[in-house]
Amino acid sequence: MSAIDENHLHADPGIDGHHPHHPATAAAAGPMQRERARTIFQKGSPGRRAFVCPPLDVPMPDAEELLPKRFRREQPPRLPEVSEPEIVRHYVGISKRNFDLDSGFYPLGSCTMKHNPRLHERAAALPGHARLHPLQDPERAQGALELMFNLQGALAEISGLPHVSLQPSAGSHGELAGVLLTRAYHEDRGETRHKVLTPDTAHGTNPATVTMAGLEVVKLATNPDGGIDLDDLRAKADSDVACLMLTNPNTLGLFDPNIEEIAAIVHGVGATLYYDGANLNAVMGLSRPGDMGFDIVHFNLHKSFTQPHGGGGPGSGPIAVSERIAPFLPRPVVARDGDGSFALDFDREPGSKSIGRLRGFHGNYGCFVRSYAYICSLGADGLKDASEVAVLNANYLLARLREKGVAEHLPLAYGELCMHEFVLSGGPMKRALKIKTLDLAKRLLDFGFHPPTVYFPLLVDEALMIEPTETETKETLDAFADAIAQILAEAAADPEIALGAPYSTPVRRLDEVAAAKRPVIRQALD
Amino acid sequence: MAEASYPEDLLYHPEHDWARIDAADPAVATLGITWYAQDSLGEVVFFDLPAVGASVSKDASYAEVESVKAVSDVIAPLSGEIVEVNEALADDLQKINEDPYGEGWLVKVRIADPAEREQLMDARAYAATLGG
Repeated sequence: MSAIDENHLHADPGIDGHHPHHPATAAAAGPMQRERARTIFQKGSPGRRAFVCPPLDVPMPDAEELLPKRFRREQPPRLPEVSEPEIVRHYVGISKRNFDLDSGFYPLGSCTMKHNPRLHERAAALPGHARLHPLQDPERAQGALELMFNLQGALAEISGLPHVSLQPSAGSHGELAGVLLTRAYHEDRGETRHKVLTPDTAHGTNPATVTMAGLEVVKLATNPDGGIDLDDLRAKADSDVACLMLTNPNTLGLFDPNIEEIAAIVHGVGATLYYDGANLNAVMGLSRPGDMGFDIVHFNLHKSFTQPHGGGGPGSGPIAVSERIAPFLPRPVVARDGDGSFALDFDREPGSKSIGRLRGFHGNYGCFVRSYAYICSLGADGLKDASEVAVLNANYLLARLREKGVAEHLPLAYGELCMHEFVLSGGPMKRALKIKTLDLAKRLLDFGFHPPTVYFPLLVDEALMIEPTETETKETLDAFADAIAQILAEAAADPEIALGAPYSTPVRRLDEVAAAKRPVIRQALD
Repeated sequence: MAEASYPEDLLYHPEHDWARIDAADPAVATLGITWYAQDSLGEVVFFDLPAVGASVSKDASYAEVESVKAVSDVIAPLSGEIVEVNEALADDLQKINEDPYGEGWLVKVRIADPAEREQLMDARAYAATLGG
């Protein structure tokens, strides 16, 4: 495969390049599609090297003296034998097969795929940050500790909850921390509670977290306005309920206006109120979970506060808590001593109520640097602007998708206006045009767009969940709305086009059933 | 089957489950998921067969079914004790999609409270809940 072929097939799929392949011309597999996944081990030639060491000019030590026999290999490891250009082309080729935020619009609902300013990368790459060793003596890492201390303070201010732990490594890890804190809080009061309430619109991680923490999930129904059904909440809130886990705005992109009453009901039975911060991008600087009555909140620094994400990490899921939960926080936290210096506070005094450490070392520090850079560069006003534009962009795109030709096939599932995201139902499209939400999503790839989240939340038939974020231009939003309208129009003429999509990607429609039933997760080297 | 169908001889639960009262022994019911349920789920990739002898209670989950989209609880339309499970599904889950009322049945239960049958819907009432 030549580099020219790759470049030709992967012409920039951005705004200027919307020339979706027509199935008639694109159906034949191109070189990329034929090539499939040859691993780096299947390339190269025996003896080929990317780097040649100079001759050894010191005595060669005897390996048998250095290492006991049981630690020594009998065979040399089988490593790829490739030249540097082969390595570069191999990995650049793989990167081009991926769809990423730097290539195009990525409106994946509840994932906040916003642009990551390059300034943050510069800050994170400074040697004092990038080359800092996690075992460095705190006295010699004062700058890093100060950054973490200040980030704790900023997150406390944004959430309206005064005590912060930066340890959790992801949103799900923050949730687990929150439920463990809730359990510790109740146990400290001499109570064992078994149930955690979650709405049926909840992110899937909420029930998973509850199960992981050894508690039982009780689902709450959604009312016709898309918020929590208060009667159902009142019926299920009792003295065995440890916590209500809530996202506000929820996964329908709707802010629950009954939040004060919900908090009163939950606190009335002695339970805690947990805020899933996955949708914080809608409300930064506008409303604070602490003011709404929440006890615990997790942040997704990689979503709301910019980090390259979607490729598997690293993420960061700090938590902020109220006074009554503070004694149980994971340790260490970064504290400021009387002389102004910064230290790691392990709270090792007898009688400490901390749930302990949640991970090795102190969290994903590079994420802290980028998030702190983001908060400092925007400031309080800028964060508020970011959320307002995120909400504006979502509502603009929603308005475009409520135009004739689209709205009758993809109606809004709940509400009239939305916050940072919204959920359409592909049910009418499926019945009238004979294409499903999955087919629409696959066809969007041919237009150079990453599809929105599909089939979530589960209570919406054929759900399509769209979160454009604040960093997209009006032109991009228009191009996306036009693409949806075009796909629906072409489906009305010939549904087979969408049913066979995508046509322009390195691999075509995947067999998801076979992938689930018979996953091939190992490949022989020969 | 490609087109929606809701046989007249079944009783339906709003969570998209059906029960067929055994013609020979009215104390036994066969349970499964409806056409709408399998269509919404998409192709089923895993089904955890419950154990014979386990008890199921009306409106509570007795099994999980996983499709390419989601893992969903399977809700019991009637209370009782499982007397048989559809072992054939272990080799061919597609039956749940292709023949949800026939070869895609899930379990048979010995009914604990025949009066619960009165709370279930007939085909017409169930189809009306599906709208559109």
